[in-house]
Amino acid sequence: MHALLTSKWMKVAVFLICLIPLGDLVWRILRSDLGANPVEFLQHATGDWTLRFLIFTLCITPFRRLFKLPDLIRFRRMLGLFAFFYVSLHFLTYLGPDQSFDLAAMWKDVAKRPFITVGFLGFVLLIPLAITSTAGWIRRLGGKRWQLLHRAIYLSAVAGVIHYYWLVKSDVREPLFYGALVGILLLWRLGDWLLKRRSQAPVKAGAPRVSVHPT
Amino acid sequence: MLVRKAPDLTYADVTPKSVYLNRREFLRAMGIVGATAFAGKGLFDLALTPQIAFAGTTFTGLVKSSFSTTEKQNSFDDVTHYNNFYEFGTSKGDPAKNAGKFNTSNWKVSVEGEVKTPRKFTMDEILKIAPLEERIYRHRCVEAWSIVVPWIGFSFSNLAKLVEPTAKAQFVAFESYFDPQQMPEAKYAGIDFPYVEGLRLDEAMNPLALLCVGMYGETLANQDGAPVRMILPWKYGFKSTKSLVKIRFQQKMPPTTWNRLASNEYGFYANVNPAVDHPRWSQAKERRLGEIYKRPTLMFNGYSDQVAAMYNGMDLKKNY
Repeated sequence: MHALLTSKWMKVAVFLICLIPLGDLVWRILRSDLGANPVEFLQHATGDWTLRFLIFTLCITPFRRLFKLPDLIRFRRMLGLFAFFYVSLHFLTYLGPDQSFDLAAMWKDVAKRPFITVGFLGFVLLIPLAITSTAGWIRRLGGKRWQLLHRAIYLSAVAGVIHYYWLVKSDVREPLFYGALVGILLLWRLGDWLLKRRSQAPVKAGAPRVSVHPT
Repeated sequence: MLVRKAPDLTYADVTPKSVYLNRREFLRAMGIVGATAFAGKGLFDLALTPQIAFAGTTFTGLVKSSFSTTEKQNSFDDVTHYNNFYEFGTSKGDPAKNAGKFNTSNWKVSVEGEVKTPRKFTMDEILKIAPLEERIYRHRCVEAWSIVVPWIGFSFSNLAKLVEPTAKAQFVAFESYFDPQQMPEAKYAGIDFPYVEGLRLDEAMNPLALLCVGMYGETLANQDGAPVRMILPWKYGFKSTKSLVKIRFQQKMPPTTWNRLASNEYGFYANVNPAVDHPRWSQAKERRLGEIYKRPTLMFNGYSDQVAAMYNGMDLKKNY
């Protein structure tokens, strides 16, 4: 497994797999196979894939630990950047067909409509993460600060789920499904953090504390 | 002459064209059925399909209507594969997939309430109420998309006059057919069924309000509300009840499906109005299916001349 995950070809393979949704859309555009409302089809498809790639990205850390596969870290940046790639396409399908590339109109819409506001927020939050995704930026910011910054992906994923939830009229099954996945992935982190804090607290204090629990 | 058909032919007698027209759906259904564990039952249902599908019966001798627009019509394919008919699923493509086996034979529409002569109409009786017209209407969905469709039918007022509403009748409630057996997807829709919509009596009597039995020269496709539905082109699409089984004249304003779910989002009137936004999205523009950029939405969907007078003195921002 280690050899497989660390091979150069594995990275190439994952990269190509991540391009399949794009390929599918391009293929459908070429064959005019986007249904009665092609713009909406593209908006929904790019939105769905954004959420999915955010979830894939958020899976890396728990999977590394749960399945003892530390090498998965090699794919985290790529998955995160693909999430950013699909959200950028998603944003363009809004800015173009919906707003006719009129930035003033777009800002008005973003300010006025909570569903757009929260989606736009989720998108904007990912911009600095995409920019600072390089090794150079990790060095420049320092690991701690870089990590703190990149926790913005949690907010972005939550914003994405709310955006979807507020879009649908009455059948909330799909947004709730994505919401549950994001929820589980974030709760795992919270649990992990609480456990770590508990086990590290006495060490940090420098000296063993008096336990309040009967031993 | 309303429908140039042999006099002994009835609505249900004409061999349904859908059997061969919808071959694509049929084959797709075969694929889906083949993939399920219920293959046996599914195939049995499919074997019954020819007897119960009616879409595709052609009307002839239709009267042209002065209400028709000359705008470019959307394709039959668009109008039958992009539907909001939550009884058959909430995705736009679901009704086309799931309504194929919808049984509309022996259909009856009960007209009741505050009328002198309540009665049940069969489809054959409905077709004989008034000459069938083709009316090419704009249709604007509350979700900000629109289509242009050649519907077939006659003004609802023709039916109303037959049953003679009493002086007490102030509103009309329109109820859709509901059968959880035939509509298993309905349980996920998030709205209550049967679907009910309503109009003020004067709105229902407006000549634009169409009792619709067909589209594109044929009977209605199941997914578009077969065999009979309302079409109210100056209101958002959800007001135009599909697959009608009950029409009730009444004194009180009827509770209506979407309004009960979210009254701040879906008003009783639901007149197309570019100046009053849906709380979650703008209604100023709409996307005509088949177009990339949005076009401005017109007040009352462009039917102000026919309907604006009914709302004189009303605050349309409050009565959205």
